[in-house]
Amino acid sequence: MHGLINRAIQSFVCATYGQSCWLYVTEMAELGFSEFEAMLVYDDCMTVQVLDALCADLKRPRAEILEDLGTYLVSHTKMEDLRRLLRFGGVTYVDFLHSLDDLSDRVRLSVSDLCLPALELIEVTPTEYQLYCHPGLPGYPSVMVGILRAMADDYGALAMLSHDGREGEAEVISIVLVESAFAKGRQFDLGARKS
Amino acid sequence: MMDTGDLGTLLETLCPMFLLVNEDGRILRVGPTLQKLRPDQPMVGKDFLEIFELVRPRAVTTLSALMTSTGAKLHLKLHDTPRTALKGLIAPLPQGKGAVINLSFGISILDAVRDYALTSADFSGTDLAIELLYLVEAKSAAMEASRSLNLRLQGAMLAAEEQAFTDMLTGLKNRRAMDMVLGHLISANLPFALMHLDLDFFKSVNDQYGHAAGDHVLQQAARIMVQETRNDDTVARIGGDEFVIIFKGLIDESVLSSIAARMIDRLQKPIVFEKIYCRISASIGTALSTQFSPPKSAEILNAADLALYEAKRKGRSRHCLYSALAGHRQGDAASG
Repeated sequence: MHGLINRAIQSFVCATYGQSCWLYVTEMAELGFSEFEAMLVYDDCMTVQVLDALCADLKRPRAEILEDLGTYLVSHTKMEDLRRLLRFGGVTYVDFLHSLDDLSDRVRLSVSDLCLPALELIEVTPTEYQLYCHPGLPGYPSVMVGILRAMADDYGALAMLSHDGREGEAEVISIVLVESAFAKGRQFDLGARKS
Repeated sequence: MMDTGDLGTLLETLCPMFLLVNEDGRILRVGPTLQKLRPDQPMVGKDFLEIFELVRPRAVTTLSALMTSTGAKLHLKLHDTPRTALKGLIAPLPQGKGAVINLSFGISILDAVRDYALTSADFSGTDLAIELLYLVEAKSAAMEASRSLNLRLQGAMLAAEEQAFTDMLTGLKNRRAMDMVLGHLISANLPFALMHLDLDFFKSVNDQYGHAAGDHVLQQAARIMVQETRNDDTVARIGGDEFVIIFKGLIDESVLSSIAARMIDRLQKPIVFEKIYCRISASIGTALSTQFSPPKSAEILNAADLALYEAKRKGRSRHCLYSALAGHRQGDAASG
């Protein structure tokens, strides 16, 4: 598993449950270390062990924790860079949803060895969408639900999201747009770069 | 043939940074994004060269000369600040009726989006500007992560020798490693037992048969300790003939006592070095993390040390539990 994914989990756990929780989880997962490097690649089983230990410690189902991880990736101030990259997807939430088809390619363009599963957006009606998450990364659909929910807030849209089971190999997330301009949303300034 | 009005409307859709100029170089129409660069200064009606400075081609100084250089790449700059650099292409209209000049930011895009607060709506759908901006940010973030990894690796390399965790002679962990393991177990709130082991009569082996024999004895003793413990346990040499063994998750005193007895038994057997029979033994003191609340490294080490002292006082070659010490605080012991 790519270090960026492991690092995202680490950062989420430390920010949400504290450093001591993370140390305990890495100890339980028997990693032999407690800091993932973002730019190294780790054995897949390490990620699984960390998530298992985390679920056991928090006594919460994995899907729920992964959803929170997705929300964290967009909404936490430490993750502003990532939120910005996602906001490049479009001017409105619907634009953003359509840009998800290109997400895995965009990611590979930035970090060539980070392979995320393909996503495919189906427009059922202008207010109803289905996102097909193709296989390749267990738990990814749960993370996406969290990301989509937080991005709706970011755009100021009111959307209802649910994990809708499987369609063939793919897992389906349904998105119902109640109101596309529900709240003001957060600012996105194209030129706001770190100096 | 389409008139300039229709042409202007068409161009506004396709290239938001166009200029339509007449044969004298006067601006007739301007694309919305280009006008956004000078919001207080309407470009229509002004002379092209009044607003833009022609950087290349150098030889050309008038617009009429420029109109003959169809297809040439133009390098321009705005006259007043911010002096944003622009790239352009000129296409003369038929019958010498002026020209269309299409501009773009080129590499100056990064500053331009900031200086002029441009949004994605300011770029045409086919323009790669947004993708470029996305890539710059994504690559910068990835580069930052790589750079911080490099810095840490460099720091780690410099500190590696100083921070080695292995005792070179025996291959066991050293004191620093032991401190780390202890800190780790305590912060993760995991129970453990700590044995302090001291080799008896080691000094006389060293004095009698020399350092080579002493080193060999230490290596053999280390091998025995590793064999008698689990992979998860930490065996560290913390001084000349002093060792600490940390048993992760094991706080059963009867199990610990039998491990200690087995180690003492094996360490008492003579160790052969170049036909010399070296005789040593060991004294061991054991304390449990659960005997302290909250557990602290120094306290647990001290407790094991007290137990070790007691074992020596009672005649060596034996194991003593901290919980069995008369002096240790009541209610601390897990032995009941």
